[in-house]
Amino acid sequence: MSEQTRKAPVPTRRSARPAYRELATAMPWLLPVLILILTVVLFPAAYMVWTSSRDVSQAGVDRGPAGLDNYHALLDFPALGRVLGNTAIWVFGVVLVTLLISLALAQFLNQAFPGRRLVRLAVIVPWAASVVMTSTVFYYALDPFYGIFNHFLVDLGILDAGFGFTRRPVPAFVVSMVVAVFVSLPFTTYTILAGLQMVPHDVIEAARMDGAGSGHIYRRIILPILRPAIAVAVLINIINVFNSLPILRTMTGSIPGYDADTTTTLIFKYIQQDRQVDLASALSVVNFLIVLAVIGIYLATLRPMRDE
Amino acid sequence: MVTTTSETVDRRANSGKTGARPGSRARGRHWLKPAAGAVVALVFLAPYLVMFIGSFKRHAEILRIPPTYLPTEWVPSNYATMWSTPETPLPYNLVSTLVISVCGTLLVLAVATPAAYYTAKHRFPGRGVFLLLVLATQMLQPTVLAPGLFRQFLAIGIDNTWLAMILVNAAFNLSFAVWIMHSFFSGIPKEIDEAAMVDGAGKLQTLRRVTLPLVWPGIVTAIIFTFVACWNEFAASLVILTTAENQPLSVAITKFVGQYDSAWHYVFGVSIVGIVPVVILFALVEKRLVAGLTAGAVK
Repeated sequence: MSEQTRKAPVPTRRSARPAYRELATAMPWLLPVLILILTVVLFPAAYMVWTSSRDVSQAGVDRGPAGLDNYHALLDFPALGRVLGNTAIWVFGVVLVTLLISLALAQFLNQAFPGRRLVRLAVIVPWAASVVMTSTVFYYALDPFYGIFNHFLVDLGILDAGFGFTRRPVPAFVVSMVVAVFVSLPFTTYTILAGLQMVPHDVIEAARMDGAGSGHIYRRIILPILRPAIAVAVLINIINVFNSLPILRTMTGSIPGYDADTTTTLIFKYIQQDRQVDLASALSVVNFLIVLAVIGIYLATLRPMRDE
Repeated sequence: MVTTTSETVDRRANSGKTGARPGSRARGRHWLKPAAGAVVALVFLAPYLVMFIGSFKRHAEILRIPPTYLPTEWVPSNYATMWSTPETPLPYNLVSTLVISVCGTLLVLAVATPAAYYTAKHRFPGRGVFLLLVLATQMLQPTVLAPGLFRQFLAIGIDNTWLAMILVNAAFNLSFAVWIMHSFFSGIPKEIDEAAMVDGAGKLQTLRRVTLPLVWPGIVTAIIFTFVACWNEFAASLVILTTAENQPLSVAITKFVGQYDSAWHYVFGVSIVGIVPVVILFALVEKRLVAGLTAGAVK
């Protein structure tokens, strides 16, 4: 790194004018990206924060400043506790279960066996497929009357009769979590699989010769090497799972009330059902702060990026 | 990084001599792993098999109680009749999806390639800030910003247009495209560029004639990943595109759910049409995808 910096034409960091000129040469190359980020990411973000402090009518007319009224309205929302609890269970449960299954699955897919390539391709399918479409087929297949998965469970003798998985909040929320794990598995598994390629074979062999057991080898050699891969997978999963809308909207959207909502699905109920963009904006701001906090806590306590 | 880890590993491996266990147990059972593999594949494909098989059932049969596993009569004509279902104008939805995905991908490519090239090949003040800014957009998903995007597009009068969705898709997929192309561009030795420069090629010409062919795999990966993400985008389309004709397939599909006698056979037919091409594309870059993603995020 330091060598490369020295080779660069103008090594100084503090002298303002050459730095300014260098930046000016770089600008044409970066400008398109900056414009897009500025106008479609940062500006709407700022506009949203501003909207959260305004009183906006259902028709979209700005009726003036509202201070923190929208945030107070959120706090007064009776289902807020339930929704926040759901969000915590949703994110923590889905991310953790996904990680555990992916660790096992990646270990399995890393071994040589005939047909492995086809199995790997099958595992990738839920990643490529539209989450809305995947959720929709689960919703259909879990129907208590004509659903195929329900019927299959009855045929296996696990259920006596079709069960209304998607009819009441708690079971619907749980099966939604299963679907969320299902669609998160491919990415996580592949990331860990990529990490497993870094594990040196000879070291494993040597450890085995020294009499180390499989569990011991896994914990002491393989897991530490997987650390960065796990960190990336978990980080991206936290962001994706937190912001996931289609699964819950499809599986629990027809259930009245807010018992199966997370903060993300609630934002969309505010926008679409109640047409309260100001309230939705306030909740979005809170939502983003929660994501940042969760990521911060994750990075601070577990230190997944640590390199030693 | 690789060297330090393997050193630590060596040390750890040598220090940890505990409970020995016989290493070779499943020697004679060759079928065990392929069988387990088949089960894994079946689990991951199960919903899509239900989809595929269901798309060939008659309307009456797909709502039959109890359901049938296989159609008593296969009806391939569903794939022709589904386009005129009353729930949503499916041909328009397919065109919307296509237009938004193709234009969104092209825009990402046009915008991300120069930035990835320049940041990989040149050091300048603010380079780190720029790359971090790009990475930060990965955290701000359209789902979080939906209320803001909705208000903004309404204010400038491009709500309910493809243009709005093309911009949204491009902006939120930039991050991955820039990072993966950046890592590919960085991998090209400086000497190659310098040789081209000495031969009198300008910067743009070097990029087009020398560098681009070398980073083509990275670009293909970025293209396919972006295309798939645009193709499946849901949350922003849901609030920004308000008329049925403008909505993409992902939003159109939700119109079927929750109805009393949903046309599930059509839902599944459309889903198969929407999923199969994308799965094929995705399978093409299967290997590079994750490598690129990890490289981009770890750096």
